[in-house]
Amino acid sequence: MPSFWVGDISLSMARLIAFSVAMVAIAATYLFLNKTYAGTAIRAISQDRGIMPLMGVDPGRIYLLTSAVGGALAGLAACLLVLQYDIHPAIGLTFGPITFLVCVMGGLGNLVGGFVAAFIFAQFISVGGYVIAIEWGYVLAFVFFIAMMFIRPEGILTQRR
Amino acid sequence: MSQSISTNLFRVFLVLLLAAPWLGLGSYPMHLIIMSLLLGFIYTSWALMGRLGLVSLGHGAFLGIGAYSVVLLWNQYGLSPFIGTFVAVAVTVVVAIVIGYPCFRFKIVGHYFALVTLALAEVVRLVIVAERDITGGSLGLTPKPGIAEGSTYSIWAMQSSTRIVWFYLILACWLFALWVWRRVDQSMQRDALQAISEEEDAAASIGINVTRTKLQITVLSAVMTCLGGVLYAQYQLYINPETVSGVGISLQIVFGVIAGGMFVMLGPTFGAVFLLALQEILRILIGNQIHGLDLLIYGALLIFFIIKMPNGILGTLLKRHR
Repeated sequence: MPSFWVGDISLSMARLIAFSVAMVAIAATYLFLNKTYAGTAIRAISQDRGIMPLMGVDPGRIYLLTSAVGGALAGLAACLLVLQYDIHPAIGLTFGPITFLVCVMGGLGNLVGGFVAAFIFAQFISVGGYVIAIEWGYVLAFVFFIAMMFIRPEGILTQRR
Repeated sequence: MSQSISTNLFRVFLVLLLAAPWLGLGSYPMHLIIMSLLLGFIYTSWALMGRLGLVSLGHGAFLGIGAYSVVLLWNQYGLSPFIGTFVAVAVTVVVAIVIGYPCFRFKIVGHYFALVTLALAEVVRLVIVAERDITGGSLGLTPKPGIAEGSTYSIWAMQSSTRIVWFYLILACWLFALWVWRRVDQSMQRDALQAISEEEDAAASIGINVTRTKLQITVLSAVMTCLGGVLYAQYQLYINPETVSGVGISLQIVFGVIAGGMFVMLGPTFGAVFLLALQEILRILIGNQIHGLDLLIYGALLIFFIIKMPNGILGTLLKRHR
């Protein structure tokens, strides 16, 4: 795919497409969780899984729906990654732990927090990778994660209690 | 199974094990026995803290620190691995405290603790890969040969070309780990840790120093894992970042212990033997025809054991006979 230049920065079309699709997907997920009945049920059941069956919500169906949506989003992300990376059978191992760390750093169940955390994490990796070395970028990101766990264990956007 | 019968069974097993080098086994079975004991040693070290609610996904870090410190000091400065071991242990203690103290002080428990340690394991792996000029990066590292011609061992280099030396050394370490396990079991610390793992605030309210107690067991477990790394490096004479550090080996330790059973003394060792046997049998039976099928079956069996036998294989067996 073609790439073009903005000043000294090379922007590849593949990355821009991945970025835009990801942004749309995040917005759609946000709207789904906050504006639809099913989304409200998902958020409610994550807050109190004991009481929701009493409100007429079938928890089994909600779990099924949540897993399906989560799996579909991960599948979409994988499609976007293919635009930029070579694939191999162990590719899941490269992104799995990082995904998990980002979710926890953002605060589990906090979509906006996860987005912010992912953004910061990515800057550590790409800027650190550019300035020092690619592995050191990752090292910095992981060290940042450990520090954030000590400072803000509940998530990056929350106040420490 | 009553206590005395199982103790006697263990004694018989131990005598057989001590005699193993003279039973005329080939070098491949001996290698498997040595690896089982070595992994058993490492798994037991992990289970020391794992069974008390401190699930660490970062023991690969300590394994890597042990293996790489010793081999790097030997290759770069010619320092004997015996001296290198002290350095490795010192580094391990510092890392364990730097990570452990804030974790326990700020009450980072459960999943969060697991993730912090997971990040630690990755940090160690990535540093090893990043400093590839010294460490050899992903290609791994081989200790320089230290055995003089005509000899089969060198104490200074901690190298031996005969398996029997390694067998007894690693057997001794494994027995040491079991002894530590029993000492911990019989100590006050164990009760304290048990209380902490159930309800941290309640434990603190009856006068248990939560941070210090947790830190003690963590450092103990980390140092033993580090020794496991040293032995691994000196026995295999080849290490690489994937096999001694990172998420992969850390998870392998956890899965092995869970499969074997982390609440009984021999559970972790059983897990090590089980995983190794499964791997080797599947590899020999089908590995050559259908590439990767052995790993698939291995993964499926692990899921089965974790769901169906949360106490592990040995834990379930012992409970059934009690």
